[in-house]
Amino acid sequence: MPVYEALLQQLANGLILGSFYALVALGYSMVYGVIKLLNFAHGDLYMVGAFSGFGVLSLVSGWLGAGWGGIVPAIFFSMLAVGVLGVVIDRVAYRPLREAPKLSVLITALAVSMLLENAALAFTGGQYTAFTTTLGFSGVDIGLVHVTYTQMVLVGSSVVLMVVLELFVSRTKYGKAMRAVAIDEDACRLMGIDVNRTIALTFFIGSALAAASGVLAGVYYGSINFFMGFLIGLKAFTAAVIGGIGNIPGAMLGGLLLGLLEAFGTQIPGVGSEWKDVFVFAILILFLVFRPTGLLGRPEVERM
Amino acid sequence: MNAAGEASTRGRPVRTLWRTAGAAALLGVVATVPFFANDYYLEVLSEAWFYVLLCLGLNIVVGYAGLLDLGYAAFFAVGAYTAGLVTLRLGQSFWLSLPLAVAAAALAGVIIGGPTLRLRSDYLAIVTLGFGEMVRITVRNLAITGGASGLVGISRPELFGYRITSIGDYYYIFLSLALLAVVASHRLEQSRIGRAWKYVRSDEDAARAMGINHAAVKLAAYVLGAIFAAIGGCFYAAKMTAISPETFSFNQSLLILLGVVLGGRGKIPGVILGAMAVVILPELFRDIGSMRMLVFAISLLLIMLFRPAGIWPERWR
Repeated sequence: MPVYEALLQQLANGLILGSFYALVALGYSMVYGVIKLLNFAHGDLYMVGAFSGFGVLSLVSGWLGAGWGGIVPAIFFSMLAVGVLGVVIDRVAYRPLREAPKLSVLITALAVSMLLENAALAFTGGQYTAFTTTLGFSGVDIGLVHVTYTQMVLVGSSVVLMVVLELFVSRTKYGKAMRAVAIDEDACRLMGIDVNRTIALTFFIGSALAAASGVLAGVYYGSINFFMGFLIGLKAFTAAVIGGIGNIPGAMLGGLLLGLLEAFGTQIPGVGSEWKDVFVFAILILFLVFRPTGLLGRPEVERM
Repeated sequence: MNAAGEASTRGRPVRTLWRTAGAAALLGVVATVPFFANDYYLEVLSEAWFYVLLCLGLNIVVGYAGLLDLGYAAFFAVGAYTAGLVTLRLGQSFWLSLPLAVAAAALAGVIIGGPTLRLRSDYLAIVTLGFGEMVRITVRNLAITGGASGLVGISRPELFGYRITSIGDYYYIFLSLALLAVVASHRLEQSRIGRAWKYVRSDEDAARAMGINHAAVKLAAYVLGAIFAAIGGCFYAAKMTAISPETFSFNQSLLILLGVVLGGRGKIPGVILGAMAVVILPELFRDIGSMRMLVFAISLLLIMLFRPAGIWPERWR
């Protein structure tokens, strides 16, 4: 394949991968921005989202088909269910520890992540579940590169979700409350903002976005498993750090950049696909050393 | 002097005596185990002592310094692979691998901890998680470390012409390592740096105002913890004679962390209890088998919500 077509192919791969990362990174970054919690369970919500999307699709495919007609409701109900799960997790596990030392909260988040992952393991028996759709491979050819309509819709729907989120956070009353809670919880309480409800809303949106990403990834890769959230959680964190954690446009930028870096990085001679995860973590560590605030973040002092 | 004061001064020597007697009796029992237990018990108990060593090492990071390390198995891997490479690829004595493993683990600790410990402390958690995965993927991809199948046929260490092979011998090795770890942890905890760790853990800003170099103190905890795991890893390789990358997965790091947190982080008896529980409970309840991690996850969550300092928590003075 000529060089420019290979580049184009990697560009397409990178954008798709990047939009999955970006959607997960958004939730990570939002929760972090509002309550300064590294929600380890976030990657697992992506996994739970993929499974509940699969469940809905199997239910409705009999009468709506397994094309977009079935996938759209699958995405919608999965976002709803996982959003509620996110709120429940916050209520049960994180809210009682709101004033606790950071270490306790981190360990609790880890416990939630372990719980979700191993519950999924127990339910699926560790098997890969085939996520079958009838989308097919029709699309447009750009030179020798074939870009399917599915790929375009995947990237398109992630972009739509991100734009809607950005508008929600920057233009609505609830978005303003979220930004205010991120700055000063106590002052918000004095101003009559229901802090706990705002945090719950943040969890709902973040978890729903992770679920959307999970279903889209299931559609794209055609198979899902209980372990799929682990690596993407790590990579979404990396994406959030690249963009500047707590910063919504930053998380999108970081996700897309990371997807592209991963796609092109594996093309460098000597960095085969078996090294791609090492490559991503190396980027994370380099960013933390040289630009810990990320590309769009502002320097911040740790709040104890 | 009031009555309570008198009672407490009179009570103290008696209690210390009881404690010493209890500890001596316990030590007597664990030291004579190989004379009456079968190989299965020895195997499980050796592993328990080994986990005591690892958990006490991680306890320095998590318990004393209050940092979350999710890639602790990586240092264990560094030790095990150093022992494997030194004996198999270099054909040198096992004992040479100990100083090399300590140096390699300390170096890795400085490379990972150095940049991240200056930042928010929760970054360390995720960077160590990434580091743990990096080490595992690297040893799986490199030819010199034997790829996915790992290293096989690591030679047994020799001491004054005696080849250490039997499970009874390894029981004593891991028991001694665990005891050494207890003594080392206790000495560290009581030392100047031990107090600095706890100070930084409870109030970093106040500690810095008192002239404690917070980044250096945290880095010391991270590196010392790494050294414990590296030494353990060397002996683990010698005992198993075969090591593979999947032994050092994220689940391994989680199990070690569980031992520290369930028992009571920052308190030596608590950590010992936790480490024992992590190894022995799954053996007692064999039927849960694959659900082991699920049960652990639920217990971890319940502990964090209802008894956040662990089963046998550290007492605040």
